[in-house]
Formats: sequence, C-alpha cells, structure tokens
Amino acid sequence: MNYVFEFSQVFAAWDELLAGALRTLWLSAAAMAIGMVVAVLGALGKTGGPRPLRWVIDAYIELIRNTPFLIQIFVVFFGLPAIGIRLEADQASLLALVVNVGAYGIEIIRAGIESIAKGQIEAGRALGLKPLQIFRLVVLKPAIQAIYPALTSQFILLMLNSSVCSAIAASELTGAANDIQARTFRSFEVYFVVTGIYFALSLLFWGAFALIERRFLRQPAMR
Amino acid sequence: MREFGSGEVLFILAAVRWTLLLSAVAFVGGSIGGLAIALMRSGTIPALRWFAFGYIKLFQGTPLLMQLFLAFFVPGLFGFNVDPWGAAALGLSLHASAFLGEIWRGSIEVVPRGQWESSAALGLRYWSQMRLIVLPQAFRLSIPPTVGFLVQLIKGTSLASIIGFVELTRAAQVINNATFQPFTIFSLVGLTYFAVCWPLSAYSRRMEQRLARANG
Repeated sequence: MNYVFEFSQVFAAWDELLAGALRTLWLSAAAMAIGMVVAVLGALGKTGGPRPLRWVIDAYIELIRNTPFLIQIFVVFFGLPAIGIRLEADQASLLALVVNVGAYGIEIIRAGIESIAKGQIEAGRALGLKPLQIFRLVVLKPAIQAIYPALTSQFILLMLNSSVCSAIAASELTGAANDIQARTFRSFEVYFVVTGIYFALSLLFWGAFALIERRFLRQPAMR
Repeated sequence: MREFGSGEVLFILAAVRWTLLLSAVAFVGGSIGGLAIALMRSGTIPALRWFAFGYIKLFQGTPLLMQLFLAFFVPGLFGFNVDPWGAAALGLSLHASAFLGEIWRGSIEVVPRGQWESSAALGLRYWSQMRLIVLPQAFRLSIPPTVGFLVQLIKGTSLASIIGFVELTRAAQVINNATFQPFTIFSLVGLTYFAVCWPLSAYSRRMEQRLARANG
C-alpha cells in the first residue's frame, strides 16, 4: 500500500464540515418535528377516521415505505415544478424527509395509541386520580414508553438518510463533503472523516436517548 | 430534445434487471457475512462478540451513502481499482451483513435456553446444535424481518446510482436528462420500485401475523 494520506486539506475545511453537520442536525430535527405532526394526524385518521380517509392513509404509507427515498426526493425536487411547485434544494429536502418519516411515524404512533389499556384508565379512576393525573401517568407516560425505542431509532435513521439529500445539492454534511472533495480531490480522506462525523453523531444520540430513557422513563417492573 | 416515448420507457424498465441483480448479489453476500456476524455475536468468545457488536454499530450508525463512497474509494488505496458495479456490490454486501447479522442474532437468541441444554444432554457439540436444533427454529422466526430488510436493501440499491452504477434510478436520470419529463419519469420509476417491493412487504407482514398467531 503506497497511498499517501493527506488529511490536512480536509481538516483545513473544518468550518465547512461543522456548518454541514449543524445543517444536518437542523434538517433532521425539523423533519422529525413536522413529521411527527403528520404521523399523529395520520395515526388518528387511521384509527378513528372514515373508511376513504383510512384508505388514503394506507396508500400513503405503502407508497412511501416501498419506494426509495432518493426517488421521493427526485419527485419533490425535479417533478413538482412540472405542476407549478418550485422548491429550493433545502426546502425540497425538508419536505421529502417529512413525507418519508411521516409514513414510518404513523405506524409507531398507532402502536402507542393501541398500547393504552382501557382498564388501566378505569383503575386510575378507581384509585381516585384526577383526570389530568390519569392522562399524564396512565395514558401519556406508558404510551411514550411504548414508542420511545422505535421513535428514537427512527430519528437516527432519518439523520443518516438525510445524507441522500446531497443528491439534489442540499446544504448538509454530505453536500459539504462533496464540495470539499471536488476542490481537493482527497476523496477517501473526505468521506472517511465525514463518515466518522456521522458515526459520532449516531453515538451521541444513542447515548443521549438511552440516558433520557433511564432518567425519565423507567418505571417499576409490571406483572 | 428527445421525445419521451415507448423506447425510453423500455430502456428504464430494462434497467430493473440491474437493480434486481445488485439486490440479489448484495443479499447473498450479506447472508454469508450476516450469518458469520450473527454466530460471532451470539457466541461465547468475547473478542468475536465485541467485533460483531462494533461491526453492527458501525454500519447502523453511518449513512449507506457513505458506506458506498468508501467501498468505492478504499479498494483504490490498496491498489485495487473497482468499478461502480464492484463498489456497489461490495458496499451493499457489507451493509447487509451488519443488518442481517443483527436480525439473525435476535432470532438465534430467542430460541429457548432449554433447547441448547437438551441438545447438549444428547451429546451434540456446538456446530451440530446450531445446525440441527437452533438454526432451523431461528430460521422460521427470522423470515419476516429478513424479507423486510430485503425491501430496505432493494431500495438501498438506488444509491448505487450516485456512485455511477447504471441501475433503475440512474437509467431514469439518463432518460430525464435527454427528455426532461421528470415528473413522469420519476413517478414511473417509483411505481416500478413499488411493484418489486410491495409484494415482499406484504409477504413479510403476512408471515409475521401468522407467526404471532402461532405463538400467541
């Protein structure tokens, strides 16, 4: 192996990498937040809505889950202008990520809704809990506990998936990597460092989510 | 500018074979690697357990796109020049090894402890226990998540277009650059992926329900 590594040019662009990483975090957080609104509405529609609405939601879920994200973002960015909706790369990325994570989120939220046991609410009432206490302790907390693992891993998947937004030249971490690569031609070094940054972010969130779960969501063992 | 006609549609649809072939190669490669990872991860040798754990975390904690870029550039460091096809097959196989390894570890570990103990009492050693007792039971449980991951893998092959491998997505981009009908073309390609993936998803879900009923 007689390749000469040259990482200095990559590290010299640390400010671009930092800005890219922050954009990735912002994009992921925004997409997750809006996507969860979509997911909650979708889950409510699917559990209690009229039949045609349920059918539409099912079609949305199946369509998104069975097509690649890259194609979804191409349809949003290149396809929507054909029907008069023109978006910047960053807006298109956000929209595509929201549409994507919304479809996965519906099933997660629905599982949360279904995990609430009716008998538990009645038991809470029998114990003399106030309505707000029942909502907080008997409905909300167990529901969050039930969906927390799926929700947090969905966020990390979303963050990693957002690298695909570089295909339409959105400004995020992989896009920054592509810029640096085009300028310095140090392909391996750039992508190696950026892969490391993504991994560090994943580790950070895995750690943080586990900590939050241990601190706030642990409850005495049931059964 | 070229018209978007039946020739273009056929060109795009014919590119499905590269998507399917890449998926098949990655699935076979990933199955071999995944079995090794699953055995290491569920085994008793600490060093191998840790290696498999790190391998899984590394691939689950980085974007598939970065994995493909590195699969494209790393062999060059050692003097091997890989074409986009080789890089995509390599990258997706390594990726699939991690995810299948984790899925199959789970399936192996839910086989009840007593199955190991009773087969040990019958005088079977590790490999015979694995082959005759544990894996056949784990296999049944692993079908739904494995098929579910296969769908992820097929969708993942679309990223091979970014490193320049001409499969379904890349073919669509080529045609789009010549005819500029993005909405039609990418919708058509989306539906093509859907036609491949949806039956698999539906099968995976049906098998999962059947297993849940059998165990419930």
